[in-house]
Amino acid sequence: MIILGIFGITLLIATYCTYAERKIAAFIQDRIGPNRAGPFGLAQPLADAVKMFFKEEFIPANAHKFLFVAGPSLAMLTACMSSAVIPFGNTLIINGNHIRVQGIETNIGLLYIFGVVALGVYGIMIGGWASNNKFSLLGAIRAASQNISYELAMGLSIIALLMMSGSLSLRQITLQQGGEFLGLSGLDWNIFYQPLGFIIFLTCAFAETNRTPFDLPECETELIGGYHTEYSAMKLGLYLFAEYVNIIVVSAVMSVLYFGGFNFPGQDWVRANIASDPTLAHNLVTILGIVVFFGKIFAFIFFFMWVRWTLPRFRYDQLMRLGWKILIPLAIMNVVLTGAAILFWPQLKAMF
Amino acid sequence: MEETYLSDFGTILLFLIGGAVFILIGLGASKMLRPSNPNPEKLSSYECGEEAMGSSWVSFNPRFYVIALIFIIFDVELVFFFPWAVVFGQEELIRATNGTWGWFSLIEMGIFLGILLLGLAYVWVNGHLDWIKPKPVIPQSRSKIPAEMYAAVNKKYS
Repeated sequence: MIILGIFGITLLIATYCTYAERKIAAFIQDRIGPNRAGPFGLAQPLADAVKMFFKEEFIPANAHKFLFVAGPSLAMLTACMSSAVIPFGNTLIINGNHIRVQGIETNIGLLYIFGVVALGVYGIMIGGWASNNKFSLLGAIRAASQNISYELAMGLSIIALLMMSGSLSLRQITLQQGGEFLGLSGLDWNIFYQPLGFIIFLTCAFAETNRTPFDLPECETELIGGYHTEYSAMKLGLYLFAEYVNIIVVSAVMSVLYFGGFNFPGQDWVRANIASDPTLAHNLVTILGIVVFFGKIFAFIFFFMWVRWTLPRFRYDQLMRLGWKILIPLAIMNVVLTGAAILFWPQLKAMF
Repeated sequence: MEETYLSDFGTILLFLIGGAVFILIGLGASKMLRPSNPNPEKLSSYECGEEAMGSSWVSFNPRFYVIALIFIIFDVELVFFFPWAVVFGQEELIRATNGTWGWFSLIEMGIFLGILLLGLAYVWVNGHLDWIKPKPVIPQSRSKIPAEMYAAVNKKYS
């Protein structure tokens, strides 16, 4: 049940991300954007989907037939799998049973996401290589090189966070952030302790999802369409869809790791005052938490789109320099600083 | 959902199956619905309208390969960091050892990190992290803006 729900919701959000992207682009460039299909153009994603189904599609004669199909399928498959461990909400109490609003709770949730998202680059690499097109090949090796470079900095920034949380479970990390900060319950977010780590993680998230300013694998001024030059119709759709699902997953992970997940400021007060029945109060707070969590995800998605129309694309040497020579040393420094801060925390506390 | 007998990874398998079914439905339905009229022109690879010159499965810049090698080394080291980071701040261990656990693990990891940094410094000094910079060819033009201003801008952002 919950699995189907999570599937449906991620796919629905991904569909409407395409609409949101075009509307936000239009807003920033002072245009109207899609407005013909349905009220405010809200049926536009449906129209796009119908087009993807009915459009003629062909596999280039020189391409590797099997891998050409396998590439986009793999990209989409890994994107679908990664949403399994995200805690969308706290527990719901139904007939005395605690039911977690999460696909599956594993104690290695973070490693799982890290691994599955890293697999996504194979989809791009395989598709780009199998096309037997020079532009596709260039796009694919650029994508691979860029993703592996930024994965290191991403991993190091996560390690600083893990030193504080002591757990790889995304639910544990979220629950730890439900404490008090400045007298408000549910505001004990990691962003206040790991601002540098968050900035590194955010930058790497942009690079991992191939979004502007790091969209060199599909940079149209140099590489036509990049790795998906030869793709059309449904297979292109799978690639684009996978990209949006990845953005959702990465936004959700950022909300969980740094912005408290489903915790919201003042949740204990709400729990105490919303209803007299403790079960009902717990369920209502959980539902509010789910709404807040989706709000955080949407805020990050909006940020991704905002940045796309604000920053120009990097050059490849700048991209490599930023990844290896700035982000990795910064991330290592962050690990060392965090370690020292954790050790000296009792002394620091005693000083103030 | 305690009553279900699926283990943790059974659920992940369900996600895998769900994703596969979604993709199969998508690809299968589009295969049934779409027209298919291939001809040799359509099936040729795209190369800006020219006829494609040979296969593109050729050698590419070895720098990508070097980056991949460096990545493997660093990523393996990164994997060792994860279990360390999880046990580093554990209260029970610190209390059980009267606080020496924190110092011990920090110094131990400092040595490991030092080796890692040494590796990073090595590839940095040897220039494996430097990408080829494009050399812009500045065309001669009769612009009213003096050429030094362009040069200053190029210098600033190079």
